[in-house]
Amino acid sequence: MRLEPIANPSPARRLGLPAAALALTVLMASLLALLAGANPFATLGLIVKGAAGSKYALLETLNRATPLIFTGLAVAVAFRAKLWNIGAEAQLYAGAVVTVLLGTGALPLPSALLIPVIALAAMIAGALVLLGPVLLKTRLGVDEVVTTLLFNFIMLLFVSLLLEGPMKDPMGMGWPKSPALEKAARLPRIVEGLRLHWGFALAILSALAVWVIQTRTTLGYEIRAVGLNAEAARFAGIPVGRVMVKTALLSGGLAALAGFSEVAGLKGNLTLDLSPGFGYTGIIVAMLALLNPLGVVVAAIFVAGVFVGADSMSRAAGVPTYIADILMATALLTMVLALRLTHARIRWR
Amino acid sequence: MAPETGAEVVLRLDGITKRFGPLVANDAISVTLRKGEVIALLGENGAGKTTLMNILFGHYTADAGTVEVFGQPLPPGHPRAALAAGVGMVHQHFTLADNLTVLENILLGTRPLLAPRLDAREARARVARLSRDFGLAVHPDARVGALSVGERQRVEILKALYRDARILILDEPTAVLTPQETSALFETLRKAVAQGLSVIFISHKLGEVIEISSRVLVLRHGRLVGEVATADTDRHRLAEMMVGAEIAAPRLSERAPGPAFLTLTGVDTPRRGNAPGLKGVTLALRAGQITGLAGVSGNGQAALAALIGGLETPAKGSMELHGARPADWSPRAALTGGIARIPEDRHRTGSVADFTLTENAVLESYAGPPYSRRGWMNWRAADDFARRIIETYDVRCPGPAARIRLLSGGNMQKLILGRALEAGPRIILANQPVRGLDIGAVTFVQNRLIAARDAGAAVLLISEDLDEVMALSDVIHVIYEGRLSPAFPRGTMTPAGLGGWMAGHGFEREHTRGGADAA
Repeated sequence: MRLEPIANPSPARRLGLPAAALALTVLMASLLALLAGANPFATLGLIVKGAAGSKYALLETLNRATPLIFTGLAVAVAFRAKLWNIGAEAQLYAGAVVTVLLGTGALPLPSALLIPVIALAAMIAGALVLLGPVLLKTRLGVDEVVTTLLFNFIMLLFVSLLLEGPMKDPMGMGWPKSPALEKAARLPRIVEGLRLHWGFALAILSALAVWVIQTRTTLGYEIRAVGLNAEAARFAGIPVGRVMVKTALLSGGLAALAGFSEVAGLKGNLTLDLSPGFGYTGIIVAMLALLNPLGVVVAAIFVAGVFVGADSMSRAAGVPTYIADILMATALLTMVLALRLTHARIRWR
Repeated sequence: MAPETGAEVVLRLDGITKRFGPLVANDAISVTLRKGEVIALLGENGAGKTTLMNILFGHYTADAGTVEVFGQPLPPGHPRAALAAGVGMVHQHFTLADNLTVLENILLGTRPLLAPRLDAREARARVARLSRDFGLAVHPDARVGALSVGERQRVEILKALYRDARILILDEPTAVLTPQETSALFETLRKAVAQGLSVIFISHKLGEVIEISSRVLVLRHGRLVGEVATADTDRHRLAEMMVGAEIAAPRLSERAPGPAFLTLTGVDTPRRGNAPGLKGVTLALRAGQITGLAGVSGNGQAALAALIGGLETPAKGSMELHGARPADWSPRAALTGGIARIPEDRHRTGSVADFTLTENAVLESYAGPPYSRRGWMNWRAADDFARRIIETYDVRCPGPAARIRLLSGGNMQKLILGRALEAGPRIILANQPVRGLDIGAVTFVQNRLIAARDAGAAVLLISEDLDEVMALSDVIHVIYEGRLSPAFPRGTMTPAGLGGWMAGHGFEREHTRGGADAA
């Protein structure tokens, strides 16, 4: 079997294959629902309804999408430069820790000043977390996939240590959780009475900012050149190592905003289950979005919708929520395959 | 060596057609090869030579047409079928395992994978016989990694002969050889046809085609545009057939050299992987002068190009740019020092395949005005620049927003050339600037380099094509294992004389003197 490249795929190919991927995903979900003893159409209907069937459901989906937009952007930015940042989870927790450190009365500032200061500090913390692995990569050639991935576990254990020790809420009845943020440090809701907070708006703004950076600035140009062909970039005088470091700072900062936004916008304190793998899901989001920052917003809302919808479906139809994970995995695999096959056809022999 | 016309037909390609989308790579091509003859397949890059051979070898399946070997039709799409039928191919890029010996490489794939042990005695005797009969001197127990390029090619040919190939296909076999090695190869081929083998010799070098072949088939744009007996034609007519138009050879006017823009004195650079570093290199690049660097590939050309291009710094010795030692040395320092660089590998080093022409055009100059200000790109200015290059350098393309990977090698090279020359360089480092280009593009690039030289630039032309170096250079150095020969002014050396230096003769005596400037 071999792949023969197609220079200019037809529109039918461009649209048809992703549609087929989506259909395959839905088919897979239906089979699983059938296997679990439920009516597949009802199950899928319940997922859609649970994700977008009411104002409450929709806002819940957007809330869930917020951290995914940040981590998706973090991954998309890094992957563009072929910097394989698998550590968005660690950077997210770094942002969350700093948010709690500064948001529990350490800084006597008014809310309008305090929130930006905390956000910035969180970004710096996340950036620093990624800086180590990247310097190891550019200076010593250490594979960043390994270092960033392992850093996730170090970070999680470190947070656990903090929550059992110095950061433990004295009023927490012994639970490993941090004290709650002061009111001034909390992100307000966009519309009073509805659960959506300003973190979502910040996520959209971040996506726009990343898009502008990538298409309009020299840094974005450098990042794309380094990612597409590092050898040509180096030859042309682009400081490849420095571009990698800048990319890492941006990527780590974006991932940290996910932690900041979850703590300051939604949870109000830090626990060990702050992130159910947002850092890893960010990779799926970024891949589905083809690393396009605006696509990340769409992909994050889609992924969040599947999870939120599956949660609510599971309560109603008795199909386990794991169906969401399988849906996500199927969607990713079929979509990646579809995109590959858009630009090449398989020849047997 | 022309065979009697009645000789047995050993290979027949009949009406081979292959399309890639709208592109017709092979258009109803028919080729007949008889026993004991050498035919040449001549054509520019992209003429369809490689596609045709890939179809013969079953790597592609033809849309129409048939392949017959020794009268038996070959099933399409079976790479092993051609081998089994007795067709052997020596690729331009060798397919040998460096860490195995010559004998092991030859035996590789001829025996069952799990055979308890190699009974090498019989095989060794057979290899020895073949190498004697065909004049392919190479030690069977030498590690392939330690062999020269010419020797490796001999191993490839031995490998094919060992598998009883009766038809040998050689794809651009002389591209990596010294003139002496080329004559040895031709000697081998003559012996082979005398013993009844048949050879297809793929090349774009006219002189060699005329020397070795009895018939020439010329391909152009996927069509067979001519088939002539070699005796009835000459270089000029073949070139015209190949290009479809008349061509003028580049001409250098007399010009007195100016001051040295860049000088190297006793420079050493470290070895990088398999590529040797420089050893005590002394060189002056002068205004209004093309300095040619001849040599067999892999003798330090890459190290010299990396040094002047800003990717490498001297470990020993000194480098002066415009009369001063540069404070720091990087690609960007080279660029600001007025050095334009045309890299050896335009796909991997010279361009970003998935970038547009505009993005590629400003790859070296994006960091300052007019293409960017305070970190913000000015894409309009960049587009204008790309358009200017496209127009001035005749880059055939859909437009500045097209991705550069869609361009042919020649057009890609023209964009890189334009990017380099539009910066108004005082020094031009041209590393294999015309390799793989069709004749039209070759002439274009060479004339641009000459024009830059006439306008007072110092040009360093690195090439493995001795004819090119001799035609274009005011002075010639030969590089061998990282050392530089003295400078030979234009017209003072014959190809054979330079070939001797390329094979390393003369360096024993000369290298201590360190290439004194004879100009």
